Amino acid sequence: MTMVHASPSGGHLLSIADLDRDGLLEHLEAAEAFGEVERRSVRKVPTLKGKVVASLFFEESTRTRLSFETAAKRLSADVLSLAVASSSVKKGESLRDTVETIEAMGIDAVVLRHRSAGAPAQVARWVGRARVINAGDGAHEHPTQALIDLVTVRQALCEREGRAAEGSGLAPFEGREVLIIGDIRHSRVARSQILAYSLAGASVRVAAPGTLLPSSLEGWPVEVVEDLDEALATCDVASVLRMQEERGSGSFVPSLHEFTATYGMTAARASLLKEGAVITHPGPMVRGVEIASAVADDPRCLVRRQVSNGVPVRMAALFLALAGPEGDAHD
Amino acid sequence: MTDQFVIRGGTVVHPTSIEVADVLVLDGMIAEIGIDLKVPRGTLEIEADGCLVGPGLVDLHAHLREPGGEEAETVSTGAAAAALGGFCAVVAMPNTSPAIDCAAVVAQVLALGRDTPIDVAVAGAITVGRAGASLAPMAEMASLGVTMFTDDGTGVQDSGLMFRAMEYAAGLGVTLAEHCEDESLAAGGCMNDGALSARLGLPGRSGLAEEVMVARDLALAEATGCSLHILHLSTARSVALMEDARARGVDVTAEVAPHHLHLTEESCASYDPIFKVHPPLRSSDDVAALRVALAGGVLDAVATDHAPHPPETKDRPFDEASPGMLGLQQAAALTLEALGGDDADPIRFFEVLSRTPARIAKLRDEDLRLGGQSAQGGAVAVGEVATLCVIDPAARPVVKGAALASRASNTPYEGRTMHGAVRHTVARGHVVVLDGELVTR
Repeated sequence: MTMVHASPSGGHLLSIADLDRDGLLEHLEAAEAFGEVERRSVRKVPTLKGKVVASLFFEESTRTRLSFETAAKRLSADVLSLAVASSSVKKGESLRDTVETIEAMGIDAVVLRHRSAGAPAQVARWVGRARVINAGDGAHEHPTQALIDLVTVRQALCEREGRAAEGSGLAPFEGREVLIIGDIRHSRVARSQILAYSLAGASVRVAAPGTLLPSSLEGWPVEVVEDLDEALATCDVASVLRMQEERGSGSFVPSLHEFTATYGMTAARASLLKEGAVITHPGPMVRGVEIASAVADDPRCLVRRQVSNGVPVRMAALFLALAGPEGDAHD
Repeated sequence: MTDQFVIRGGTVVHPTSIEVADVLVLDGMIAEIGIDLKVPRGTLEIEADGCLVGPGLVDLHAHLREPGGEEAETVSTGAAAAALGGFCAVVAMPNTSPAIDCAAVVAQVLALGRDTPIDVAVAGAITVGRAGASLAPMAEMASLGVTMFTDDGTGVQDSGLMFRAMEYAAGLGVTLAEHCEDESLAAGGCMNDGALSARLGLPGRSGLAEEVMVARDLALAEATGCSLHILHLSTARSVALMEDARARGVDVTAEVAPHHLHLTEESCASYDPIFKVHPPLRSSDDVAALRVALAGGVLDAVATDHAPHPPETKDRPFDEASPGMLGLQQAAALTLEALGGDDADPIRFFEVLSRTPARIAKLRDEDLRLGGQSAQGGAVAVGEVATLCVIDPAARPVVKGAALASRASNTPYEGRTMHGAVRHTVARGHVVVLDGELVTR
């Protein structure tokens, strides 16, 4: 197993900004190693035996939650899962009290999904020794989703060159062009992707109608694309984002139909991609809006592979947060 | 005896001059100002070496939370915090529960104020329940001495209604004070809009939301002749709009809050809601522009926007937390620092924290007798009721939220070293704060 890197936030994974290049690579390599576990007949390792992982999802999620809980179980950790719908939160308990109550039960890690940006950073300040992993906070970040994308894209790019992803380092990303398309403004995935891809050495461009771009991109390592079709022809990775209707993104464009016509990944746009280019989508896809059904089922679209990399990437995140020397130092 | 004392060795700050002198107070009235004064037996000696001795401070903008928000602050605890901050008079904001939107609630808060050592004036709401739908009975409230009306917390969003309110207020001779933020542009935002809010994924509350409403209200005030006061102005472009309007002769004044003179949006990067406030903390360029405008006279006053909140509404995710922060006890030192610290002009300091706010709140009007006989913001002169703030510019206290007099402790300055401290406060002729401690009579 890879050596554990001491990440700047002290073991929490709140943002991709918590990682440097070594830390990022460590996540990618650990995910490859855990992917190997996934292919064994007994898909379980004793790595986190005796550790307790609390899964706190204050916002609806199926795949991320299942994927984290499965990851924790594959690592032999005990999982304490808070179902918000039936919990004291519904009775008016504050986030702080909920977290402190759960921490008092003796947990080692908190996997937190919250509708408010920054909630994981606040929880990290409130907990004493538990490590916090951000499973998506408002429009801020979703670091493990970006790690899934990088693991998946690295695998695809390496396969194209006929070599193994494991041990390939960050070289597969050097000089690559990543194009992120759609609702950047409301997307936590986009924020994590921008940081992760640029940290890995790729250049990142974004394409969106003016209303779905953040109000300022000053200081971001991105370039705004003026001509989407031109950008599609040169990119290596086209990352299609979901239209976040639950965050009101529908009211930021005249109609979903017009959005699809101008920024949707239609079959016509997919045909502009150069040979070897891949398409990613963080899921769940809204077919016919940001991505055409035919494109979603196209072999260049890595969405199913992204899903299957979910568990190993989250095993890596839990392992790196908990099994490292810093984690033990707190025991 | 708290009404017979001499303040020794300070620098007395007059409207246009300063002098090192003792100030003798007998029976609560300033009896003599001069060097090495001989005083009657039994006179309390108060040392003020190196201190500035000026008129008691006046706050145009304090949320005292009573009625309805007593878990955060009461008129009594707010007045104690004010006295410790050097204030002898505060204007209580009407966003209480119920709102101060009729004579009965005005009378209730004024009565609570009379039981405090300082003067508590009241601002009434412009619209019923601050709901922005229909005009509150301003004449009824004005008959109790209310001179300023505001829906603070939010601005009056409907331009037609604001125009009508100004026409009505102009006839009454009262001032409308506006919280300038267009909520449709502020769009539920919780910090300054820009590159940082975009990176943090927090919804932004743009400077544009403020500037659009400042521009609207200046135009409405110009058209109606209504006296307009702009609350907590926070952007460089708002300052420019003010300057233009004033050059055209619009009857407008503006205040700035201490936090907008010191803190920037960068404080929000840790997602600590202690730094959440409306209008939000802005850029360092805005802070610099506000400081220049304050020193240069474009901004008229510093007002605290003292906004106590209990921990249960602050200890929440940033977007859910209540906006606002404590201000009364730090305002004097922060203003001194913003005006240049050791180089600050003491005359300007007492102008922006005492004389001008007193004039804006019309605290010297004959019809306003709030329970004291004090002449807030007046001259430190023989024959006047003693209303004094004695501040030591060289003191360097460290802020501790838990030690503040407010019920709530939501100070954004926890652990920060202040450049200056209020040492003594004299209100209504009595020493109410001595050496930084409340005096119980």
